[in-house]
Amino acid sequence: MSDLFNVSSSPHVRSKDTSSRIMQYVILALLPTTAFGIYNFGIKAAILIVVTIASCIASEWIYEKIVHKESTIKDCSSIVTGLLLALNLPPTLPWWEAVMGGVFAIIVVKMLFGGLGQNFMNPALGARCFLLIAFAADMTNFAIDSYSGATPLAAIRNGESVNLMDMFIGRTAGTIGETSAIAVLIGAIILILLGVIDLRIPATYIVTFVVFLLLFSGHGFDGNYIVAELCGGGLMLGAFFMATDYVTSPITPMGKIVFGICLGIFTGLFRIFGANAEGVSFAIILSNLLVPMIERYTVPRAFGVVKEAKKHE
Amino acid sequence: MNKNTERLYNGIIKENPTFVLMLGMCPTLAVTTSAVNGLGMGLSTTVVLVLSNLLISLFRKVIPGGVRMPAFIVIVASLVTMVEFIMKAYTPALASQLGVYIPLIVVNCIILGRAESYASKNQPVSSIFDGIGMGLGFTFGLTCIGIVREILGAGQIFGAQILSLEWFTPITIFVMAPGAFLVLAVLVAIMNIVRDKMEAKGKPLAAPSGCITGDCASCGMSSTCTGKSTNSASAAKSE
Repeated sequence: MSDLFNVSSSPHVRSKDTSSRIMQYVILALLPTTAFGIYNFGIKAAILIVVTIASCIASEWIYEKIVHKESTIKDCSSIVTGLLLALNLPPTLPWWEAVMGGVFAIIVVKMLFGGLGQNFMNPALGARCFLLIAFAADMTNFAIDSYSGATPLAAIRNGESVNLMDMFIGRTAGTIGETSAIAVLIGAIILILLGVIDLRIPATYIVTFVVFLLLFSGHGFDGNYIVAELCGGGLMLGAFFMATDYVTSPITPMGKIVFGICLGIFTGLFRIFGANAEGVSFAIILSNLLVPMIERYTVPRAFGVVKEAKKHE
Repeated sequence: MNKNTERLYNGIIKENPTFVLMLGMCPTLAVTTSAVNGLGMGLSTTVVLVLSNLLISLFRKVIPGGVRMPAFIVIVASLVTMVEFIMKAYTPALASQLGVYIPLIVVNCIILGRAESYASKNQPVSSIFDGIGMGLGFTFGLTCIGIVREILGAGQIFGAQILSLEWFTPITIFVMAPGAFLVLAVLVAIMNIVRDKMEAKGKPLAAPSGCITGDCASCGMSSTCTGKSTNSASAAKSE
């Protein structure tokens, strides 16, 4: 017998997917959105994206140097964080504010809590909300050369009409990555085909949000309004790329559905009853905080385990 | 080091209520939007703390053990009411800035903590110094937080514009609630680095022990406590 058996402890079945491979898939899926953002907003957007990614990688590298940890920048997660953060910034943002956002995302939200896999909320969205509170004026300044200042969402809120086709393609004002629903959807299809994301979270998110709009928006069953709310703002980008972040979303199948429902309700509440037209990022980080609790109550029954009999028979 | 200066050192550095004991977090986070507010809050708490320590120490043999908490609260509340009236009369701007946090000094756990763990067991004079030390430590902590938040959040220090608004965009998050948590966390982290560095150099700042005071020599539980720190035993010898 010349065959040698590979003797090792479990698990014996391993997938080829590694953290860095999944991150590369996500970057690939974000390319259409990034490309459209640069096409739409010009060189300014490209510079902002590069600066944000660079600041994320640099802060991860420097932090790990300072605390004498093994460098993890090769897993590409800081590139994804930087890219997602940049796609969530308005193209007019001063570069040093974007750098600050990158540093906040990596050091405060991710590394201080233990690095990749330990962060309690999505680093990119944590940083976006930090910037939104810190530099409210710059973060909501959407004035671009060829477009009017108001984002479609703000226009809808003020009762103005919007061009749905423009919103779908993305020729509107907004953050770099959120304007084009079609580019985000192309990326989402790539992710689903590659098996990186599971449809449960985005699907329940969008369905819950639509139901919430039907019930509480005061517009009744108005197709135009609903499509505009879905394509406007960061909803698509958030639903497919940020709510599905492995670290900060539930791993249980039932938990994913509960998580999606929470997202839909929070987004609806913030958009309709809140002070701002947009509420996706706050909805996602708030739901991120609920994840440990959701997972606790949605643990699936292990195969063969009988449900505990009730006390009284 | 004699006992009174030891009390001052203890309050300001060794057991700084803000950075080491983490007491009085409510005013620490809420009113430190500017250096002046932090200083005002710290000083008014110091006044109350010194007077309450003095009175409680004087009455410590009269107050029955079973009702000492209500008795302490009555003393503290009377003092706070007086301080509030005085502030409203002489510093109305600061009083309206601090708002409800002045009456809330009554429930500041530093004051009741010092009354319970120090003043009710010690001589009036050392109780006064304990109050001054703790109060100044609290003032120091609040002012530090206030200065950092004011510089980052408004580009000002004690109300004077030091960073020109022409090139500086105020980071408004630092004058809002989340900024208080961020600044406090970073300052506590710096304080811990300093402690570690001093320890490495061989002149450690004694770590706070399990009880609030860390003052084993005069602690009522001294005979049963298992976590007595060795340096307070040597302090007891030198006295």
